[in-house]
Amino acid sequence: MKASIVGASGYGGGELLRLLLDHPHVEIHQVTSERNAGKPVTRVHPNLRKKSSLNFCTVKELEKVDLLFVSLPHTQFMQRFNELNGLAERIVDLSADFRLKDTAAYLKWYGVEHPHPDRLSEFVYGNVELHREAMKKARYISGAGCNATATILPLWPLFKLGVVDTALPVVAEAKCGSSEGGNAVSEASHHPERSGCVRSYKPTGHRHIAEMEQELGHRIYFSATSIEMVRGILVTAHLFVKPEITEKDIWKGYRQVYGQEPFIRIVKEKQGIYRFPEPKILAGTNYCDIGFELEGTRLVVISAIDNLMKGAAGQAVHAMNVMCGFEETAGLTFTGLHPT
Amino acid sequence: MAECPVCGNELKLVEGTEKGEIVTCGDCGSELEVTGKDSVQEAPQEEEDWGE
Repeated sequence: MKASIVGASGYGGGELLRLLLDHPHVEIHQVTSERNAGKPVTRVHPNLRKKSSLNFCTVKELEKVDLLFVSLPHTQFMQRFNELNGLAERIVDLSADFRLKDTAAYLKWYGVEHPHPDRLSEFVYGNVELHREAMKKARYISGAGCNATATILPLWPLFKLGVVDTALPVVAEAKCGSSEGGNAVSEASHHPERSGCVRSYKPTGHRHIAEMEQELGHRIYFSATSIEMVRGILVTAHLFVKPEITEKDIWKGYRQVYGQEPFIRIVKEKQGIYRFPEPKILAGTNYCDIGFELEGTRLVVISAIDNLMKGAAGQAVHAMNVMCGFEETAGLTFTGLHPT
Repeated sequence: MAECPVCGNELKLVEGTEKGEIVTCGDCGSELEVTGKDSVQEAPQEEEDWGE
């Protein structure tokens, strides 16, 4: 299958390229970057040396392919939808542009009037675990946000199985790596300012809350903190379960919902160093590790992902695999490094 | 078939497993002491205090 990547110079696009170069069913046709057009992709993504001899091209130079990945900054794809839509039968978008089903939510969370509100329902939200069957029939997929993914995946089975006391709040806190901010520089990313920081960058009002609430159907009180890490997200969520629920019930519930999922692992051990999920050992992998501990009716749920993988490019490749009928783990079999 | 008392996972004890033997649950990693043909209990563990 022939695929191209629109916006391949960013971290998400680069990660996609890395994965697809090793994908058994995909041939990368073109990759775009307006800023780097004509230059080799290895200038921007040096890890791909001897793997790819592609040069970046412009969007205007794109030719028709079977599937188009779009990895542009938020709000750009929605503006260029008609231009890009004709280039491929199927599209997987990594931005937020078609994630939300409610048009008004775009004005509230992204400050824009959506130019294609009629198209929102045609995009399937990108978490395979939630939308596998819809993806098999989809023409368009919209990748889920990284913090949203790390929050939705551990909480979804709990809501689905009805164990959550929905009268009480669900609070989630994410510790986030710097690559979440993309590859554009800012004063905040300047090394003396960023190094060593533990910075509350969104105590309230994070845009991914819109996705979390859409997918979970419940209010989520979410905060995000930027820490000294390049890749990775660790989410710690606090909620209350119904009084009769035991820790064994939670185990059984996760096993029931995620037992057959190739990229979800329940991590809760009493011995060893890595007893609960940790993003450190997930770098470059498509896993979401989920752990928990129950204290009375208070349930603490912990999840870890690589934000560029399960939170972006890996998730997009997984979705493509489902959409196109490939084996789900194709191109995604890296198991991570230990130690790192 | 024994059931892990921690996570509810079903454990198949291989033939010849003896009472008092320690097995590990494949799902939650708990160390379990075999108490009978189809029964296990949590094995006693040394706790680390992690500075507590």
